[in-house]
Amino acid sequence: MSRSLSLIAGLAAAALVAVPLTGAIAEKAAPKPSKAAATKTVAPPPAPVKLGLGRQALPEEIHAWDTDVRPDGVGLPPGKGTAKEGDALFQEKCSTCHGEFGEGVGRYPVLSGGVGTLTADRPDKTVGSYWPDATTVYDYISRAMPFGNARSLTADEAYALTAYLLNMSDVIKDPDFELNQGNLAKVKMPNADGFYLDDREVSEKQFWNKNPCMTNCGPAPKVIGRAISVDVTPDEKAGPRVD
Amino acid sequence: MSKEPTAEILNRRRFLGVAGLAGAGAVLPQFASAAGEAPKPDPLITEVQDWNRHLGDGVDKRPYGSPSKYEKHVIRRDVSWLTASPESSVNFTPLHELDGIITPSGVCFERHHGGIAELNPADHRLMIHGLVDKPLVFTMEDIKRMPRVNRVYFLECAANSGMEWRGAQLNGCQFTHGMIHNVMYTGVPLKVLLDEAGLKPMAKWLMLEGADAAGMNRSLPVHKALDDVLIAFAMNGEALRPEQGYPLRAVIPGWEGNLWVKWLRRIEAGDQPWQAREETSKYTDLMADGRSRAFTFVMDAKSVVTNPSPQAPLKHKGRNVLTGVAWSGRGHIKRVDVSIDGGRNWQAARLDGPVLDRSMARFYVDFDWNGQEMMVQSRAMDSTGYVQPSKDELRKVRGVNSIYHNNGIQTWLVRPDGETENVEIG
Repeated sequence: MSRSLSLIAGLAAAALVAVPLTGAIAEKAAPKPSKAAATKTVAPPPAPVKLGLGRQALPEEIHAWDTDVRPDGVGLPPGKGTAKEGDALFQEKCSTCHGEFGEGVGRYPVLSGGVGTLTADRPDKTVGSYWPDATTVYDYISRAMPFGNARSLTADEAYALTAYLLNMSDVIKDPDFELNQGNLAKVKMPNADGFYLDDREVSEKQFWNKNPCMTNCGPAPKVIGRAISVDVTPDEKAGPRVD
Repeated sequence: MSKEPTAEILNRRRFLGVAGLAGAGAVLPQFASAAGEAPKPDPLITEVQDWNRHLGDGVDKRPYGSPSKYEKHVIRRDVSWLTASPESSVNFTPLHELDGIITPSGVCFERHHGGIAELNPADHRLMIHGLVDKPLVFTMEDIKRMPRVNRVYFLECAANSGMEWRGAQLNGCQFTHGMIHNVMYTGVPLKVLLDEAGLKPMAKWLMLEGADAAGMNRSLPVHKALDDVLIAFAMNGEALRPEQGYPLRAVIPGWEGNLWVKWLRRIEAGDQPWQAREETSKYTDLMADGRSRAFTFVMDAKSVVTNPSPQAPLKHKGRNVLTGVAWSGRGHIKRVDVSIDGGRNWQAARLDGPVLDRSMARFYVDFDWNGQEMMVQSRAMDSTGYVQPSKDELRKVRGVNSIYHNNGIQTWLVRPDGETENVEIG
């Protein structure tokens, strides 16, 4: 994502350039200042008026809620765990939904495999095949898993489960490798370079069209697919009861 | 009566070819009688009915009213095979039963990742921290003492129509297009709250986080937050519904629904995005070359004909109303074209009601139908000049595995018996 980030920085820089320009135009349009005013230094823009609402957040309060983790590792708590430790935890807390090896049960998410399938007809987008940052695995596990008992894992457990998932995807080869606060952000994910910023305004610029075709646009179309042949739409009786 | 055909009728005839003739002689089925028989009087008129004789409910019976019992079919519906559990799932707005542009709160589609958080507003806190001069905690009472605004916006799930990338799958606009609602929000500009905390100059991104079991979180660029993002506590004139984030949600005009964090409890300011699960694993759009677009925030111009549609077939020959909705995350709807021959010929529909920035707009074509088969389509144009593309045009750029942001033109096949199908044409 470093490429995307530099793009974002570029956009931000472009936005900054616009500020002095606007200022110059405003200066031109404004009435000529009097001699007395011209000698004075220009005052900074007034600070936004404070409403005086809300109160200062205490460090303990911020600490309790600020659990998020960034790709650069900011936010990772102290702790450690190995894939071997994660395996036991995974079987106990995760396998009911995700399967013993992260293969997924029923429609629950598949967490392992799929590397190299992103151009396949049916890609398998898993942690190993798709996710750009190892930190997101830790963040999401400690934020929202297990489903129905979120925020119940210790930091060590979350590190161990992250290590297990990365081990199943061959990102971490050694099941005894200790994942911790210091090295998680350094783990390089297979699809780390697989993302780029929204480029629709360039790659889809043909969709901006002042004069779309109105008459005799191409040959007469034929029906080539019908939802009723697929037959997966719930019928009227499938809706929830409303009594 | 003028003998001159009006411009509207001329327009209509051109639109439907020979169909104009069918209107005058059309006979509604319920009044049809066998040849030679005298018409029978309608007992609903000639006999006194119960509701005309007996007293109805008094004013104390319905302190919070519900729709008529004859409207019980107008409900959100889900597609159980779509997801593993109903707590991390989606249901669909019954677009084919609605009119105008405001979605009734009770049928606004739902999308949760950890079920509906049931919160007492007295227990709710909003924290702003990170790259700010002073980290703050607000109560709901604090927020309701701030200057507020009212805005009508559509909220469309990024995955709306996502099941249709590979072809026609679900038979009804509720299912193909119903991950959307359009309501009036009342709330406080996020800028007001950020000014209160004092955003530091290096703050470029905000992380919004919900109080629900999913801890829903996303990164939002500061420029958007300062521009038009609202922190809303009301929809359609009353408090948010629990399933829509009661007591507080983010409103991110024109951008994908996933960013509109519900039960909003925390905003952290930072200098880079967090790459949360909901902006890496999900809400990234896989292209045919195996790479993915990230931060595809804006919802492009889109429309759908809601009537006729598979759940709302044509029942009568002669006079009919074709209607639908159009919207764009880039501005307001400028024009909607409608075709009945699968996109060979188009005519501009009539927009009626308020046409607002990044809100649904309602369109109509009043027409006569002679029972011919039709391939009905609509094509939205927005104030930036963007024209809603066909599904094939989208697939040419993106392939079929991008899941999100399918704003391709929908085709309904109206058969001679009036039954209507979701079809793919080529």
